[in-house]
Amino acid sequence: MNQLMIFKIAFRALARNKMRSALTMLGIIIGVGAVIAMVSIGQGAQASVQAQIASVGTNLLFVGAGSQNVGGVRSGTGATSSNTLTVDDIEAIRREIPSVAMASPTVNARSQMVFGNQNWNTQVQGVNEQFPQIRKWQIQSGEFFTEADVRTASRVLVIGATVAENLFSGLDPVGQSVRVRELPFRVIGVMARRGQDGQGRDQDDIAIAPFTTVQKKLLAITHVQFAHVSAVSPEATYLAQEQITDLLRQRHKLAPNQENDFFVRNLTDVAEAADETNRIMTLLLASIASVSLLVGGIGIMNIMLVSVTERTREIGIRMAIGARSSAVRTQFLIEAVVLSLMGGVIGIAVGLTISLLIPWLLTWPTLVSPTSIIGSVLFSAAVGIFFGYYPARKAASLDPIDALRYE
Amino acid sequence: MSTVAEIDLSTEAKHADVETPLARPVIQLDHIHKIYTMGDVEVHALRGVSLTIREGEFVAIMGASGSGKSTMMNIIGCLDRPSRGAYILDGQDVSELSKDERADIRNRKIGFVFQGFNLLSRTSALENVELPMLYAGVEGAERRRRALDALASVGLAGREQNHPNQLSGGQQQRVAVARALVNQPALILADEPTGNLDSRTSVEVMEIFQRLNREHGITLILVTHEPDIAEYAKRIIVFKDGRIKRDELVADQRDAAEELRNLPEIVDEEED
Repeated sequence: MNQLMIFKIAFRALARNKMRSALTMLGIIIGVGAVIAMVSIGQGAQASVQAQIASVGTNLLFVGAGSQNVGGVRSGTGATSSNTLTVDDIEAIRREIPSVAMASPTVNARSQMVFGNQNWNTQVQGVNEQFPQIRKWQIQSGEFFTEADVRTASRVLVIGATVAENLFSGLDPVGQSVRVRELPFRVIGVMARRGQDGQGRDQDDIAIAPFTTVQKKLLAITHVQFAHVSAVSPEATYLAQEQITDLLRQRHKLAPNQENDFFVRNLTDVAEAADETNRIMTLLLASIASVSLLVGGIGIMNIMLVSVTERTREIGIRMAIGARSSAVRTQFLIEAVVLSLMGGVIGIAVGLTISLLIPWLLTWPTLVSPTSIIGSVLFSAAVGIFFGYYPARKAASLDPIDALRYE
Repeated sequence: MSTVAEIDLSTEAKHADVETPLARPVIQLDHIHKIYTMGDVEVHALRGVSLTIREGEFVAIMGASGSGKSTMMNIIGCLDRPSRGAYILDGQDVSELSKDERADIRNRKIGFVFQGFNLLSRTSALENVELPMLYAGVEGAERRRRALDALASVGLAGREQNHPNQLSGGQQQRVAVARALVNQPALILADEPTGNLDSRTSVEVMEIFQRLNREHGITLILVTHEPDIAEYAKRIIVFKDGRIKRDELVADQRDAAEELRNLPEIVDEEED
């Protein structure tokens, strides 16, 4: 008995029950479609986070002033009062560590800004002239301040797009004068729009000034709160992290049993954490969708069992005219596999359509992976074999005499 | 009908005794016993049946229900195995064969015609007739040609694409006969083939059986409980209590073709 003939017999049997075949397939169609759509949502989120991190720069490191132990009273990290980090520390990091390409001292001050009759409260961030390169952040109009501006603590500002909108509402901010804490500042540039960061904060709601200016004019401090550091390559970030730690411990004269009075954060860690979150989400979505695939498989088994009972006479006829048990078993197994595979193929089409529609309807990014498509096809075939085997074996074990007599 | 013709018996021989020493035995049963165990009770369905049926015979098996005739038919049809005794079908001992081997024997050597027609529903007459050849592995074009020939031989040319529900009972039974014929079996086993048919249609089906037997020498075994149907056969075997009670030649065999000619032509949707 040739296998091709059994395929033919199975196809004929399915074609005879089109409605039932279609309904059985529906379970698998929904299952496979859901898996593909869900995985594409998860992977879309993953890809967009990764793209965001890549745009920030994976060789970015943050150094922050840490907690300080003054007579048993410990301060928090990165606080304005925390004075463990100095401009010299940052200079040393830049000069002495070969894996560090650039470094910028950073101080933050929240302040009200006034232009004409408009005012806006924003973060004034003091950095040096390397900041746009470290953050891979373009200037949209005007220019960024220079090393000379930093040296002379000049009152210049480069503002983010959100500040530009709120304070100047359409006017060209470049060349305008704004007041920050009653001091006049000249706006010399506007940064390109960056949108939200990984935590949903508006990165464009910012005004950037030379850190010396912010230190002296706004905060009246001499230490720095943070530093933006860029390693020579993404691979060098871990090395840079270690070397910065060693250098600062040495400079701060910390004994081996003392904790760090600073922290060094590696953006790769942040990226990996975000990646991990998304991976878990993708897995979760896929496993929920897989449940529907499982339910679809049980649907196939259910229909095949009903079908075996309903077609007992047919099985008897086939056996009487010479079908071997194996031929009957193969026929029913092929019917189940064909149902689940066809359901799988249609499910892929449905899943792809949903994946294409979601960015449109919900503005969520989606990414269809070939793995999820191949996986769904294999899984649906496996579902067919697994859930088709028991009914097929039941059909094959029928006795032709009893089966022929079945009413 | 070249596909079915194996032996061309002359029409003169139609009333002659075919049980000549020359005819080859198709079925040889030697002390067949069949015992069913139902719970603790043993039912002795056949109690030592010995029987020889030769090529070209047309045998009717009769008996009341419980006489063992159905069990006999299942064993002859290789649907079941005897508990004891030997069964030689077409020169081959089939009493000890496995389930799959018996499936192959049924496919190649036996054509079944059932009371309830047992055609696959929602399947064309042509595909129904092709079915045994699918299991025999006959190739597409050959399969189709033979199925068309078989349908033509039972007078159903032009009805090939009809489904069973579009055919009358008589036509459905003729499709079943075509299906039984198509693998050129050693014998055709008909189990109450007229049980679901009215008397005129019954005569029509018997006419086909007689024609196949006379013109093509096909060995036929007919299981029936109707004495008048049995009289279309050449030999009647009557079962009682699991034994052969009577085994005799039919003295005056009925001729279905002649009866059909004499029957008044009634309004009959079965005729095309």
